[in-house]
Formats: sequence, structure tokens, C-alpha cells
Amino acid sequence: MNAGRARASELLKPPPSRLSGNGQAPPNRRKRGVLIRIESVTKRYPDGTVAVDGLSLEIPDGAITVLVGPSGCGKTTTLRMVNRMVEPTEGRILLDGEDIRQRPVNTLRRSMGYVIQNAGLFQHRTILDNIATVPRLLGWGRRKARARAAELMERVGLDASLGKRYPYQLSGGQQQRVGVARALAADPPVLLMDEPFSAVDPVVRKGLQDELLRIQDELGKTIVFVTHDIDEAVKLGTMVAVLRTGGRLAQFAPPAELLSAPADAFVEDFLGADRGIRRLSFFPSAGLALETGPVVPIDADAARLGSHDGAPYLLVTDADGRPLGWGEPGRLTAGAVEREHLLPYGRPFVPGSDSLRTALDGSVLSPTGWAVAVDGEGRTVGVVSQQVIGEAIRAAHSRLADGAAGDAADAGAAR
Amino acid sequence: MTGFFDIPSDLQHSWLGLVGLHLREALLPVLAGLVLSLPVAQLCVRFRWFYAPVFGVTTVLYAVPSLAFFVLLIDYTGMTESTVMIPLAVYSLVVLVPAIVDGVRSVPPETLAAATAMGLGPVRRYLQVQLPIAVPAIIAGLRVAAVSSISLVSIGMLIGNQGALGNLLNDAQIYHRPELAVNSVVTTAALGILVDALLVLVRTLLTPWMPRKGASR
Repeated sequence: MNAGRARASELLKPPPSRLSGNGQAPPNRRKRGVLIRIESVTKRYPDGTVAVDGLSLEIPDGAITVLVGPSGCGKTTTLRMVNRMVEPTEGRILLDGEDIRQRPVNTLRRSMGYVIQNAGLFQHRTILDNIATVPRLLGWGRRKARARAAELMERVGLDASLGKRYPYQLSGGQQQRVGVARALAADPPVLLMDEPFSAVDPVVRKGLQDELLRIQDELGKTIVFVTHDIDEAVKLGTMVAVLRTGGRLAQFAPPAELLSAPADAFVEDFLGADRGIRRLSFFPSAGLALETGPVVPIDADAARLGSHDGAPYLLVTDADGRPLGWGEPGRLTAGAVEREHLLPYGRPFVPGSDSLRTALDGSVLSPTGWAVAVDGEGRTVGVVSQQVIGEAIRAAHSRLADGAAGDAADAGAAR
Repeated sequence: MTGFFDIPSDLQHSWLGLVGLHLREALLPVLAGLVLSLPVAQLCVRFRWFYAPVFGVTTVLYAVPSLAFFVLLIDYTGMTESTVMIPLAVYSLVVLVPAIVDGVRSVPPETLAAATAMGLGPVRRYLQVQLPIAVPAIIAGLRVAAVSSISLVSIGMLIGNQGALGNLLNDAQIYHRPELAVNSVVTTAALGILVDALLVLVRTLLTPWMPRKGASR
């Protein structure tokens, strides 16, 4: 969970957008995935329907590229052209510079992990055997393949005791984790994911997304991820390709850029109403000036309760420093603070790992308009007002505007 | 006095011998039907348009009375077991082909897509994914085909005592021993129940991956 947020703040730095601008990976980049280049690819069906129309896309190696769009925008077709489950009518797809048609189709597919909605597990095989499918196809011995499968179960957060079970005995979320493990089994450089988390409930989905980001931090695969959910795209994508109906590319950009500068009305509309708020996910909360004056322990004496620098509310904490709630200074009696009469403090944020969005959310949720900052263990480290958060947002915007001007110049030069 | 299990000598078999004969005449045709149905069903799955004519033809064949079949076949196969078994094999198709087609089609599309995406070719997909998942449907078809075949064998009595346990019905009449008729009916029914139970057992053994009643997630 923290990995995702940490990565989100990395996105404020320009490299990913520069990469998309000129398409050249820096030479010192870790090389664990491969670059996929889609060149003017069109898919036209015999009945005349055009699923994908002249699409060109450079999918960076070692990063998550999300294809997002409404139904009928050709995102799944595009994904399936990468492993040749669909053959393009025109154009070609290059894998590390090599046309994918150069390789035998099943060899190509075994070099790409594939995760599908509802997991698509083999219901007649145990979890271990499901995960071991591709290693077995590649000629690994049964023992070695099963050992590898057990290792992957751990990696995706599944208890080893589930290995001997059958898919029907697992929950939807667990099945989806098996799907991810199965795709990773032969350690392919590329992972294709077709709406893998669409069929699970929001809580499980969030867990799976965080898990994917964590695994990606460890493995650095080239991941192509298809979804219709723009929030998922923004959360997971290093780069996001927005496709419009009829299979045309509307915009290809890092998520922060997508939110701040949608290419046209379609993209803006697709991003939804509160893109300004959502964009705050990419601003770190680390720089917020926290105040500790209005924080008092529950056993504070009268002098401590009195010295509040004129703050309208005091945050009362328990003996360990965990927040209990807000109280007005005049109404708090030393030694007799009644917990049940304190005002709720909303949802605390963790400076550094949480974004300004979480901080703002915390301040909006709290009736006092102040957000509570806590450390990893939930102990209060300070409080911050909506005004201060607002100033931080404006400062972040202006910093980004300066950076974006430089980026735009780069991109212009590349085109 | 002759007992329940004393079989008249004209049948040239003991009671157990008749049971064995009956099972052979009933089940060999079902096995042949299965062997024939598998490729036909796969063609129906592969080419959708093929299913309707296949289904039509097997239904029409099922509607042909066995006596008519016997008359046709006697010219070629004579008064033999084959003359009894060939119609039974043909009859089993009407149950087995749709059962296998439905079973193979019941494989979820995302399972098939995942199999394709993992680099399983068409043959592996069929043998390793579609067929195993179709096992419950195939065995459901086999149960119907086997039990109906066991009851139909008796009609073989009409062509030179090739009806196994069914021949007892005729003997009951000519020797005035009604207990032989009872024996025939009860033994045939028992065989049907036994074979059906065996098939259920086979399915249970082959499909440990099926949700069982009372199983928890």
C-alpha cells in the first residue's frame, strides 16, 4: 500500500513523460522487461467493424502501461494482438525490435503472462497445478514446477495450504491472485492483464491493486493492463493510453499529466468530475507544516490545556499519542476529559507516504477543518489546517506548471 | 422342483453367464457409441452449423424401431450379437453427442482464452482442458445411455435368443415358469442400478474438483 503511494510521488519527477516524449529508454535503465512497439496497427473484421484504427503506441519496458477506454474502444483487441490471439489487419508489433510474427505463436505466448477477468483458472486442476501450467509446457519437471508454484503463491500473498485445493474452494479475490501467480510462473518479461480486477468487490480490488504494485516494484515486468476504470488506470499506470470508441488513441501520458492536461473534451469527460481532487494523489504530503501546539494528551493538566496559542480546538490523544478526538479548549477539564464528548477527527494521514489528497480528505472529514497527521504506528505527529493544505496545493501546482513548461518544450522538440 | 436361478438348458448359460452376456451386449455398444461420439461432438463444437444436422440424424435413427434395424441387419450380420449391438450403439448417439457437446461448451470462455494465451495448442486445449471439464456431462450422458441399453438388450430375444436375460421371458412362457420372467425383470433392473451407481462412483473419482454438497469455500 505504501509502495503505491511512494511510486505516485515519484511520478512528479519528469522521467516517465520524457521517456514517452522521445521513446528512448535511458541506457542505464534496469532491463528486466522488454519494450513493445505497436506500429500503425489496425484490426478490421470481415463484417467491416473496425476494432482498432491506426494505433501506434510505445509501451515502455519495466513499467505498467494501462489501456483504458469505454467498451468498444478496442483495448482488449489491442492487448490480444500483442500475444497474437488476434492478428492485426494492418501494421505490426515489435517486441524488443523483433516482429512478433517471427516467433512460433505458442512460444511467443509462453513468454507472456496473461491474466484475465474472473481468473480463468482450470477448475479441474489444483491451485499448484494451475500455477505450474506454463513451466510444465516449457518442459520443467513436475517437482520443479510445483516448487516454483509454491514460491509464487507466497509472492502473491496466498497461504501455502491452499495449494492442494481446487479453484471452487477459493474466493474470487484468491482466485485472481492465483491468476496472477500463474501468469508469473515462468518469469515472463511481459505481463498482459485484461480487466483482471473488474469482477471482484471494491475492497478486494484495492488489495489486489496494491499487491500488483508491490510485485511490480520487485519484478519490474513490462505490464500491459486493460481496464475501463479510469481510477484504476490512474492508480496503476506509469503511462496511460486513453482509447476512444472505434479504436483510436485519444491521449497517451503519465496519469498526473492526464489529470492536469487532458488532450480534449473526450478525455476530460472520461476522466470524470473531480479530476482536480484526484490529481492531488500525485502531490506528496511530506512538505506540510504540522503544528503540535493544539495536541494534548488525555491526562494533560490545566496549564497544558490553557496554553493552546488561541487554537479553536485541541486534539486529545491517549497515553500512547493515538488521536481520540477534538475538544474546545474552554470545555476540556483537566483530569476529567470525557472521550464520548470529543468531536470526531476524520481519517488521519501519514506525512511522507500519503498524498495531499488524503490530507485534504482528512481535513474535510473532520468537523473542525483540521487534519490529523500520524506516524506508521498511528501516533499523532501533528495537526494541519485546511488553509495550510490549500497553500501547499497551490504551491505544488505552481511547481508543476514550471516543470510542465520544460516538458512541453522537450516533447515539442521530439515531435 | 426347479429354483429361481435354475436356467433352462436351451439358453446354454448359467444365471451368472446370462448376466455377463447381458452386460457385454449392453455396454459394448455404449462404449462404441462413446468412441464415435467424441470426434462427432468435437466437430459440432468446432463448426456450429454441423450440430443441427447431426442432432436431427441421431434423433431420426433413435426413432427407428429396433425390429426394423434387426430386419435390415440380419442380411449382413445374421442372427448374432452384432445384430443386437449395432442398433444399441446407434441409439446411444442420441444421448451421448448432445451430452459431450454441452459439456465441452460449458467450459467458461475465459478459461479457454487463458489456455490459449498460455500457449496451449488446439490438441492440448481439447485433451487437457475441454475434455476433463466435460467429464461430468459426459458421464451424465453415459448413465442414461447405459441404463437404456441394459433394458433394450432384452429385445434381442426376438432374433435367435440373443437377448441375454431377455431370453428368460420367452422361456418363462414356453416352460410355464413365471419365476423366470420375474428373474429377468429383477436382474435387469438390478444391473441397471448397479451400472448407474458405478458410473456415479467413476465420476466422483474423476472429478475431485467438483463442488460437493456441504463443501465450504
